[in-house]
Amino acid sequence: MDWKTDAAGTATAAISLRGVVKRYGPIVAVNGLDLEVPPGICFGLLGPNGAGKSTTMRMLTAQALADEGTIRVLGYELPRESKQSRLEMGVVPQLDNLDVELTCRQILTVFARLYRVPRAERTLAVERALQLANLLPRADTIVRELSGGMRRRLLVGRGLIHKPRLVLLDEPTVGLDPQVRQELWSLIDGLRASGVTVLMSTHYIEEAERLADVVAVMSQGKIVAQGTPPELVLAHAGEQVLEVYGPPAQLAEASEIVARNGWQSRRSGPALAIMRAETLDGEAPQGVRRPANLEDAFVALTGEEIE
Amino acid sequence: MSAHAQAPETVGGARRVGRLEPAALAGVMSRDVVIFKRYWKATTFSSVVQPTIYLLAFGLGFGTLLKQIDHVKTIEYIATGTVATAVLFSSAFPGMFNTFIRWQFQRTYDAMLAAPVDVEELITAEVLWISLRAGVYGLAPLLVGIAFGLEPDPGMLLVPFIGFLTGFGFAAFGVVIAAVAKTIDNFNYVTSAVLTPMFLVAGTFFPISTLPAGLRTIAQINPLYHCVQLVRDASLGALGTADLGHAAVLLGFAVVMWRIAIWQLGKRLID
Repeated sequence: MDWKTDAAGTATAAISLRGVVKRYGPIVAVNGLDLEVPPGICFGLLGPNGAGKSTTMRMLTAQALADEGTIRVLGYELPRESKQSRLEMGVVPQLDNLDVELTCRQILTVFARLYRVPRAERTLAVERALQLANLLPRADTIVRELSGGMRRRLLVGRGLIHKPRLVLLDEPTVGLDPQVRQELWSLIDGLRASGVTVLMSTHYIEEAERLADVVAVMSQGKIVAQGTPPELVLAHAGEQVLEVYGPPAQLAEASEIVARNGWQSRRSGPALAIMRAETLDGEAPQGVRRPANLEDAFVALTGEEIE
Repeated sequence: MSAHAQAPETVGGARRVGRLEPAALAGVMSRDVVIFKRYWKATTFSSVVQPTIYLLAFGLGFGTLLKQIDHVKTIEYIATGTVATAVLFSSAFPGMFNTFIRWQFQRTYDAMLAAPVDVEELITAEVLWISLRAGVYGLAPLLVGIAFGLEPDPGMLLVPFIGFLTGFGFAAFGVVIAAVAKTIDNFNYVTSAVLTPMFLVAGTFFPISTLPAGLRTIAQINPLYHCVQLVRDASLGALGTADLGHAAVLLGFAVVMWRIAIWQLGKRLID
């Protein structure tokens, strides 16, 4: 596909946020956020619910205005030039805001106009988006009658109607069944492969691990760590994790040993997981060793358990 | 292709977007057109039946008692008055309800504002669409009136323009109400306390000269009164210099309401 490329793109960040603060009354949703998304990659913004991911996404379309800091998208300064940046990027929102009274084709046609797709190319753009969303057989179905998965695919097709060079995906697979999620993942992967910059927020570890080239872990309104998934795992959970299973008394005893030695650990379902198992000495309790994963790193970083 | 000739090239070589772009307005309105194509029968039905009922009720009721109201034949008075009420209702109500539903329930506006459309374009397009429709439907009472014996006049061709101008102000007024109303139920306050007296105290069905002085002054501030006067003068071949004043009031009302609508809804659409 001939996605728009950017001659200066290799040098300029696709998205750049510096010291961004956003308050809602007494609540600080985003608290001094610094973020740099290089062009051409899939960047994952991973964080628990309430970390400020959606607020960040809204600020990137200037639907929320930062109280402090600077935001640049595709080289444009926000909010002053936000309409220009929106022309060149696509947005897939977390909340379904499709027009339920319209058919797939009608929605896509309206958005092709809003994105200034020239009249002569509009029909083709709509067909292409329908195909991308795998909705050609449903082109003339009213949105109200579509399944949840189809609606999400239509949201994606709507955000890609004008072949943007940057796509924002806010929790793209939340609430979808595994099969639909797989479909969307391959779609996002295809986008990245064709050179589009993708910024995806997610609270699914697996999604970030599978799709993102770089993951930034967000907690309480700021980035607490950033790197490729293997880098993050190594830096924050080590190479191996020791999982200790047993009755509560035994786990309590193991916790005591962990605390005494100052080891890092977390509860992982019924087990106690001890990080950096490769560095443990003879005092370590009996357990099963497994490679550390992004979830371990995430919990170590945010202190929060998520899916 | 650029709105500002001296504007710098964009990073990606994309076209430069300007302020209040016709393409953005057309995009937003194209959605209204799609919806309208689906519901035009119901809309047209109500906008023809309603004036018919008014004309029958007032015509048969008043008509037997009065040959004239304010030196104008009863049919002429009622038909032209009904134009104003038709314009009011076909602009203020969509302004209130469509805005609230699309903004709060369907989140259509949220979706559009993520595209290269800003609040000013979004609201202008919505108000423009409603007022175009109001202008056209404002003709319905005249057509019904003609069927009941109203004499056609070339001045009636001005009525859609008067309806458009009035409708623009009232549609924007509806947007303001939608923006400040906490819930859709609060519209009831506006409907009963503002719109109902407004459509009665405007010289629609009886002249304001019969009102006590205080009410008469209020009626003269009412934009609908100026719409009624203009429609009546245009339709009955009686346009004069006073009508420039009426047009100026309607224009002022439209511009002020338009800006307030953008300000008030914009404040709530962008957090």
